[in-house]
Amino acid sequence: MKRGINSELVKALAAVFLGLVAGALLMVVIGKNPITGYISLFRGGLMNAERIGNTLATATPLILTGLSVAFAFKTGLFNIGASGQMLIGGLCATAIGLSFSWPRPLLLLAIVVGATVSGAVWGIIPGLLKARFNVNEVVSTIMMNWIAYWSVYYIVPSNFKGEYLETESARLPEVASLKAPWLTRLFAGSYINLGLFLAIIAVVIIAFLLDKTTLGYELKAVGFNRHASEYAGISVNRNVILSMMIAGALAGLAGATFYTGYASNMQIGVLPSQGYDGIAVALLGSNSPWGVFIAAIFFGLLHSGKGFMNAITKIPPDISDTIIAIIIYFTATSLLIERFWNRFKKKKGGNA
Amino acid sequence: MWEIIRQIFPYAIAFTIPLLITALGGLFSERSGVVNIGLEGLMVVGFFAAALTIYKLEPVMSNAVLRVILGLLAAVIAGVIFSLLHAVASIHMKANQVISGTAINMMAGAVTVYLARNITGSGNIHIEAGVPRKDVSFLGLVKIPVLGPLFFRQTYFTTWIVIAILLASWFILYKTSFGLRLRACGEHPHAAESAGINVYRMRYFGVLVSGAFAALGGAIIMVTYSGEFSGTVSGLGFLALAALIFGQWKPLGVLGASFFFGFASTIANVSQAVPALMAIPPILLKTFPYIVTLVALVLFSKSSQAPKASGIPF
Repeated sequence: MKRGINSELVKALAAVFLGLVAGALLMVVIGKNPITGYISLFRGGLMNAERIGNTLATATPLILTGLSVAFAFKTGLFNIGASGQMLIGGLCATAIGLSFSWPRPLLLLAIVVGATVSGAVWGIIPGLLKARFNVNEVVSTIMMNWIAYWSVYYIVPSNFKGEYLETESARLPEVASLKAPWLTRLFAGSYINLGLFLAIIAVVIIAFLLDKTTLGYELKAVGFNRHASEYAGISVNRNVILSMMIAGALAGLAGATFYTGYASNMQIGVLPSQGYDGIAVALLGSNSPWGVFIAAIFFGLLHSGKGFMNAITKIPPDISDTIIAIIIYFTATSLLIERFWNRFKKKKGGNA
Repeated sequence: MWEIIRQIFPYAIAFTIPLLITALGGLFSERSGVVNIGLEGLMVVGFFAAALTIYKLEPVMSNAVLRVILGLLAAVIAGVIFSLLHAVASIHMKANQVISGTAINMMAGAVTVYLARNITGSGNIHIEAGVPRKDVSFLGLVKIPVLGPLFFRQTYFTTWIVIAILLASWFILYKTSFGLRLRACGEHPHAAESAGINVYRMRYFGVLVSGAFAALGGAIIMVTYSGEFSGTVSGLGFLALAALIFGQWKPLGVLGASFFFGFASTIANVSQAVPALMAIPPILLKTFPYIVTLVALVLFSKSSQAPKASGIPF
C-alpha cells in the first residue's frame, strides 16, 4: 500500500517535471530565457499578499472542479462535464444575485445553494442516462457542456444584459458578491473571496464522505468493481446517479465561486477552462481530496502568475495553459513513466 | 420562404463542410478502435496552420488560390503530426483515450495562441483572401431547376474536395479489404490480430486520418467563412463528434447529421437578421444538435452501431 502511494506521487511529480521542461522548451523556441520566465511566473503568483490572494482565488474554482472530477472517478465515472455544470451553476448564481435584493447573508446563501443545486441537476442527467440506458457519460457530459454553453449564450443577453456590452451580464451588486471586505483588505485588494472557505469545507466533507461513511464505501466499491458490488448487494445504478449528482453539485459550486466571487459578471461564448483543468487537478492529486487541494493551488499559481510573467518577459501568457495541458498528457501516458521508474528501481539494487 | 431557403443554403453548406470532414475523421479513428475527443483541438491546429502559412505567403506569392492550397496542405500535415501525440498515447501507451483527447484539445488551444501571439502580438492572424465563391457552370449544373441554385450556386472548391473525400471514404471503408480490416480492429481487435492484421498499424492509420481530416476542417473554416484565426473553433469539433454519434458511425449517416446540424446552426446564426425566422428561438436551434444526440443515444442504447472496441486499449 505504501509503495502504491509512492509510485502515484512519483508519477505525478514526473508529469509536472516533464510539463515544466516542455514549457521551458517552448520559451526557448520563441527566443526567451526559460529561467527568467519561470522565476517571473512564480514571482507573479507569490511575491506579495495581493498576488498570493489572487493565486488562492484562481485556485478556488479549480479545487472544486478537481474535486468534482475526482469524485466521479472514484465511482469509475469520467465527468468531463464540469465546465457545463460550472456554467449552469454560475448562471443560476448570477440570476439570483441580480434578481433579488435580500439581506446579504440570505442572498449569499441563496446564491451558493442555487449554484450547487443547479450544478447537481446538470450532473444528474448524465447519471440517470448512464444508470437507466447505459449511455456513456463521457459523451453525455460533453453534450451537456454545449447545451449549457448555448443556454448561457442566449439567456444572459436577453435577461441579464450588461450596461455596455452585449456579450456579458450586468455587474453584480457588492452585496451579492462572495468577496468580503475584510478578506480583500487582508490580501491587499486581491480577488480572494469566501469561495475559498467553501472549497476547503467541500474538501473536508468529501474526504469524510469517501473515507468514513457507508455511502463513500459503496461509491468506491462500484468504482473498483461494478459486478462484485452488484453481487454484494450494492445498487450500482443508485450509486452512479448519486456520484454524478454530487460531482455536478461541486462543479456548480465552483461556478458560484468563479462568477460571483472571482469575477463579478458572466461572459457569454466561453466554456470555462476550469472544467477541463479540473481533470488535470484530479489526475495530479491522484483523486484524493487533499491531493486535489494541493494540485489546484499549484495550477492556480501557474495561472495567476502568467500576467506578471508576460509583463516582465513578454512570454505570451498562454504558456501556462500549455504547461497544464502537457502535464495532463504525461499523466495520461504514465505507463512510460512507470516503466522508467521500475527499471530505475531494479537497477538500484533489486530489493524493491 | 423559397427565397429565404435559397439565400441561406450556400451559408448552410459552407458551415456544414468543416463539420462533415471533421466528423468523417472521427469516424476513421473510432472505426479503428480509438476514441478521439480531441477533434476540436485538431481543428484548431488546422485553423492555425492554414492561417499562418497563408499569412506568411502573402508578401511573397501573388496567386491567392495557390496560397490557399498550400495553406490547406500545411494544415493537413500539422494535423497529422499533432494527432500522432494522441495515437502514441492511446495505442502504444495504452493511455485513457478520453484524457489524452482532452489534453490534445487543451494543448492545441493554448499552444497555437501562444505561437500566434508571438507572431502577431494580438494572437489573431488575419488573411487577405480566402477561397473565391463560384457558380458551377460545368455541364450547366447551376441551371438545373431547384437543385441548381441550392447546390451549385456560389460554391467553394473546398466543398467539392470534401464531397470527393466522403465518397472515397465510403468506398474504402465498405468496398475494400483494407476498410474491412480497419473496421475489424474497432469491433474485435483480437480476432483481427489472429487473422493476421496489424492492429497497431490500423489504429495509427485511423487516428492520423482523423488528425488530417479535422485539421482540414479547421483550415476550411479559415479559408471560407472566417478569414481570421482567433484561437478557437467554438465547439465545432464537439458538434462534429455529435454528428458522428447521431450519424451512427456511418459515412452517409454522418453526412446527413452534419447537414442537419449545420442547417440548424445556420438558421440560428441568421435568424436575427431574417424576420421570417425570428419566430424560432435561436437557443433551441443551437442546443438542438446536442439534445437530439442525447435522445439518439437513449433510443439506440440497445442497438448501438458504435464500434464495440472503440476506446479500449489493445
